[in-house]
Amino acid sequence: MNDAPPSEITTPAEAAPPAARRAGATRHPWANLGSTQVVFLALLVTIVVGWILVAIDGGNLLTLETVVGVQQRSAALGIVAVGQTLAILAGSLDLSVAYLISLASLVAAEIMQAGSVPGAVAAVIAVSALVGLVNGVVITKLRVHAFIATLGVALVIKGVLDHLYDGPAGRVPESFQHLGYDRVGPIPVSAMLWAAVALTAWFLLSRTRYGYRVHAVGGDPDVARLSGVRTDRVIILTHVLCSLCAGIAGLLLASRLGAGVPTVGTDGGYDLESIAAVVLGGTALAGGRGGVAGTVGGVLLLAVLDSVFNQLEVNSFFKDVVRGVVIVVAVAVYARKRSTS
Amino acid sequence: MKRALPIFAVLAVLLAAIALANPFFLEPAGFLAFVKRAAPLVILAAGQYFVIVSGEFDLSVGSLVTVEVVVAARLIDGNEDATWPVLALVVVIGLLVGLVNGAVTTLLRVPSFITTLGMMLVLSGAVFLWTGGAPRGALSHAFRVFGRDTLWSVLILASVGVAAVLLMRADFGRTLIATGDNERAAALSGVRVTRVRIVAFAISGLAAAVAGILLGGFAGVSAQVGQGLEFSAITAVVLGGVVLGGGRGSVVAAMAGALTLEALFTLLNLYGISGALEFTVQGVIIIAAVAAGAVRLPFSLTPRKSKGDAHAAS
Repeated sequence: MNDAPPSEITTPAEAAPPAARRAGATRHPWANLGSTQVVFLALLVTIVVGWILVAIDGGNLLTLETVVGVQQRSAALGIVAVGQTLAILAGSLDLSVAYLISLASLVAAEIMQAGSVPGAVAAVIAVSALVGLVNGVVITKLRVHAFIATLGVALVIKGVLDHLYDGPAGRVPESFQHLGYDRVGPIPVSAMLWAAVALTAWFLLSRTRYGYRVHAVGGDPDVARLSGVRTDRVIILTHVLCSLCAGIAGLLLASRLGAGVPTVGTDGGYDLESIAAVVLGGTALAGGRGGVAGTVGGVLLLAVLDSVFNQLEVNSFFKDVVRGVVIVVAVAVYARKRSTS
Repeated sequence: MKRALPIFAVLAVLLAAIALANPFFLEPAGFLAFVKRAAPLVILAAGQYFVIVSGEFDLSVGSLVTVEVVVAARLIDGNEDATWPVLALVVVIGLLVGLVNGAVTTLLRVPSFITTLGMMLVLSGAVFLWTGGAPRGALSHAFRVFGRDTLWSVLILASVGVAAVLLMRADFGRTLIATGDNERAAALSGVRVTRVRIVAFAISGLAAAVAGILLGGFAGVSAQVGQGLEFSAITAVVLGGVVLGGGRGSVVAAMAGALTLEALFTLLNLYGISGALEFTVQGVIIIAAVAAGAVRLPFSLTPRKSKGDAHAAS
């Protein structure tokens, strides 16, 4: 280990925010101008440029309607992406979230139709925690690569969904639909839910031992293990939290659609989109570096881009092209910054 | 080779089970029909193997297959004379996409997961932007014969297989495995790591082009022709005992993994497991197969292993 150049060693201490990161700031000022700032800067630039473009087109980007629209559009993806951030930080990833979202929406709507809203919420939490537990146990105890493990679990859920449902099922009562549609001033309830989830994750990552361990395990699992971190437990807990986020997103989508829909998760492409948003937010795919704030910026950036394109009435296929380019360019910029620092 | 053996045993068991349920499978026609159906996935798996063994991913192959089929259909539009130029173009597109994937991954240092995910978005967006949302046109008979005619498919599959094996036996194959195993050591011993990886991505793009040609003939033109193939190909390679993260596994085993996956689908169909639950069984079997391969190795604390565990996504 001593022979390797110092820049390639990622010790848990270096990777762990925020105290350790601040200490590192004196050594690598550029590296710590952080991807988070970059992504929010990019967000700001996108808003300004988008506003100008839309204004030239004769519209207005910053109406109450679009501001609310951006928040509502990004809330579900945002919640999933927060969970995905935890998984990626710990050096793992979760490809099962899309199907889990569909499953959660159906569980919620079916039980709500039977009459119990709290029961439905409890059931969704239980189901998603169980899926997360399975993901985590398969990865750590059976030593299956996270990519294959979560892909396999995704297939299992897909099979169950296809077997049991042909289309939308269940019904969400009016009272629960407030979650999807109400807003306080310019802020939708769904965005508040997203904020609450993001703040919880931020608190866990930066203010608790669990957070330090996540960064340590993601930075280097062997070093973490030798330093006495029970890496398996950390990864399992991380996957449970990640799946819980997907379950919450499923609840939100059920409340918005008024029913459970077996394709809601895959139609939204929440698996790969959430990973893209996390990486766009500056979290390293290899784990150990990054955070929730960047992810929030990444999700907002994607939503603002979407909103600008909608106002300009750009072809939806062109949107996909731009989205693909933006994601790759952003990551190339981060890679460059890391290698020059 | 030790890692590769289980997959052949599993494949043999599955093939025997199919033959038990359907004796027609033992006749040349029956077996060749199976090989023909499996050919596109086997070729994709061979291409994906080169990328995975060098330590990377290629998620763009599914949408690349769709692009190839849709582009070919629109340009040929039923015109027999256009067949050969379009075939050449299809191959060039495949190579080009692979080269871009490789260049962005190595020169710009973007993790291949993200590079190829972005490529997937760009490709599927661009092709439907061009055709206006749905595939148009039709393939010529001369184009479709490759995927429709059993002899052609089997011949193409066989030549791809032989070419892949020869490539892995050549210097290129050794440097590729060395790169995936330990990039730094390979670079210090004089391997041009960047170039080797770019070539690996180009091979994967080429394989997607060939698979697209076969699927265009076999399955016809649709917007969903390549959907999900990237995950099937990666699954097949991993089933063959190739380690995500690079440096381990053989290309023959990867192709056997693809055959196994296809045999599994066939078997599930034969035994009448409903189309839906098929996915559940598939998911469980994939996890079980990979877990069985992983648990077998007792040295869980070696650096190699932990790299495969947690860092292959990078």
